[in-house]
Amino acid sequence: MIQFQNVTKRFGDFTAIDNLTIDIFEREFFALLGPSGCGKTTMMRMLAGFESPTEGKIFLAGQDIAPVPPNQRAVNMMFQSYALFPHLSVWENIAFGLKREGMPKPEINARVDEMLRLTRLEKFARRRPHQISGGQRQRVALARSLAKAPKLLLLDEPLGALDRKLREETQFELMDIQEKTGTTFVIVTHDQEEAMTVASRVAVMDNGQVMQVATPADIYEAPNSVYVADFIGDVNLIEGKVTATGEGTFALHWRDGAEPLRVKSPTGFSEGQTAHLAIRPEKVTISAERPADAANAVQGKVLDIAYLGNLSTYHVELPTGDIIKAQTANTRRISRRDYTWEDTVWLSWTATGGILLAN
Amino acid sequence: MGRHRLAVLDRHRRHLVGELMRRFLLIAIPYIWLLALFLVPFVIVLKISLSDAAIARPPYFPQFDWAEGIRAFIAELDFENFIWLVEDDLYWKAYLSSLRIALTSTVLTLIVGYPIAYGMARAPEEWRPTLMMLVILPFWTSFLIRVYAWKGILSNEGFLNQFLLWSGLVSEPLQILNTTTAVYIGIVYTYLPFMILPIYAALDRMDDSLIEAAEDLGCSRFSAFWLVTVPLSKGGIIAGCFLVFIPAMGEFVIPSLLGGSDTLMIGKVLWEEFFSNRDWPVASAVAVVLLLILVVPIVLFQRNQQKEQESEQ
Repeated sequence: MIQFQNVTKRFGDFTAIDNLTIDIFEREFFALLGPSGCGKTTMMRMLAGFESPTEGKIFLAGQDIAPVPPNQRAVNMMFQSYALFPHLSVWENIAFGLKREGMPKPEINARVDEMLRLTRLEKFARRRPHQISGGQRQRVALARSLAKAPKLLLLDEPLGALDRKLREETQFELMDIQEKTGTTFVIVTHDQEEAMTVASRVAVMDNGQVMQVATPADIYEAPNSVYVADFIGDVNLIEGKVTATGEGTFALHWRDGAEPLRVKSPTGFSEGQTAHLAIRPEKVTISAERPADAANAVQGKVLDIAYLGNLSTYHVELPTGDIIKAQTANTRRISRRDYTWEDTVWLSWTATGGILLAN
Repeated sequence: MGRHRLAVLDRHRRHLVGELMRRFLLIAIPYIWLLALFLVPFVIVLKISLSDAAIARPPYFPQFDWAEGIRAFIAELDFENFIWLVEDDLYWKAYLSSLRIALTSTVLTLIVGYPIAYGMARAPEEWRPTLMMLVILPFWTSFLIRVYAWKGILSNEGFLNQFLLWSGLVSEPLQILNTTTAVYIGIVYTYLPFMILPIYAALDRMDDSLIEAAEDLGCSRFSAFWLVTVPLSKGGIIAGCFLVFIPAMGEFVIPSLLGGSDTLMIGKVLWEEFFSNRDWPVASAVAVVLLLILVVPIVLFQRNQQKEQESEQ
């Protein structure tokens, strides 16, 4: 539905978007994820029409949208600051876009009421934006941007101003609404949990470039680069030289004298190539004895324990000085924890637990 | 009731009294200030307006005399001068003319001031202090000198006419000085900063994303301005209009320096009653009526300011 074709955007010397090509499909919940300044907001503003690309083309439903001004695009945006009109009531805010279309009064009434119901704001219709809470304002902003039934809804850090509990609830509301209305949603966020929760596909961006576009599960389990692996969630990165040991299996020589690590990888590597093994802490098992059947096992000392409530992350220092993180679910009460500081433990993981990345 | 509870109550009462005293002092200082600098002079003027003119020093009668007592003193006062104001059509014509000139120049100042304030608020961040400075700069020289400067610009041999003659736009000098047009120019020029500053403050507070949101929802540039920017700067517009209208209504210097004999303004009438006629009682009556006329816009102005403050919270 949306196509970015070799889009570049420069502000003076600064390149915000660098030769970017990406497709977004109809009825998709698409997330642009990246650190601040990576160009994700610029992309969204180009879709809304507030910026135009320096080079390249953007197509919406097959049509080049560069010459279409923002007020004529079938695209609506939910602003980070919500941008609610303070001089209008909640009802009038939602009706604002419909009135501009010249929709007849009874239809406007029906549509606004529908939006109020959808966002559960019926009781607040007559209030001004400064008379309602942050969460309610956020729902007004959503209702207002959905009222015109846009083909594409852009959400710029929509939940940034909400506290954690409210944010989580709202994420599920957003998904519900997206499903009910069948609108294509593009969300910009720097919060990876938010992107993973709501989106059907995530684009990880850095320095104006898209690093990877995939489903949340693939982004997490099969990152295509060290940057993506490191940006999403917690990861252990072990650098070393690769030698092939069989069909799709490799040995990673990571320290002189240390036992090479065994990894299965669908992608091939040349002999002696430098690569990183990326392995998530929860894929690393911690045990007192060396497990007999483990493909990879290293011994170390518990340096630190981060207790997160449901999980604990153990920072284990190896004799080589490297630190490996292992995560376990706290299925028992904390007083009955098996390992504590300075304990000697074994860390083990399977050959398929981690992923081998060339860069 | 136990002894302990009594002690607690007593402490509570003492705390309350202390708090009340503190509040009273806080409020008393500005009130005493207002009393001394506004109410007392006003009562004096009001008293003079109820007296009769006399060839004496001071030129009115009666004077307060302790020996005769307050009752006899009050018995001498009457509303004669106010009745005179109604009977002579010079006065209400002057009030009406002042009202018309003040209203017209307020609208003109708004038309000139709004685009300037808008431009300032849209200017790059680093330019704004400079622009603000330029608006305030005229206050650094005397108001009187600046009005005299306009005489030099507008007179028949002035810069404006010389320029117009030189460029061939007119064949003989335009008579601008000593007309009501010159008064409008003077008032708009003098009170422009009072219009610009509150509007600028309102526009500066506005979130730019509101305009983008309006465009996103289908507004053209112009309708976004009309439906969002203008309503959101309404408070500033109202404040600016009152700040221009209220002093313009009683303006004296500008009409007497730039205006002609046909420019009738109440400030000028007041001055003539005081200094040419030496009829202090009638002049005071003119001043009291002017104040009563201005009470309405002043109250409205206050209410607007209060509403603005509330909506910001």
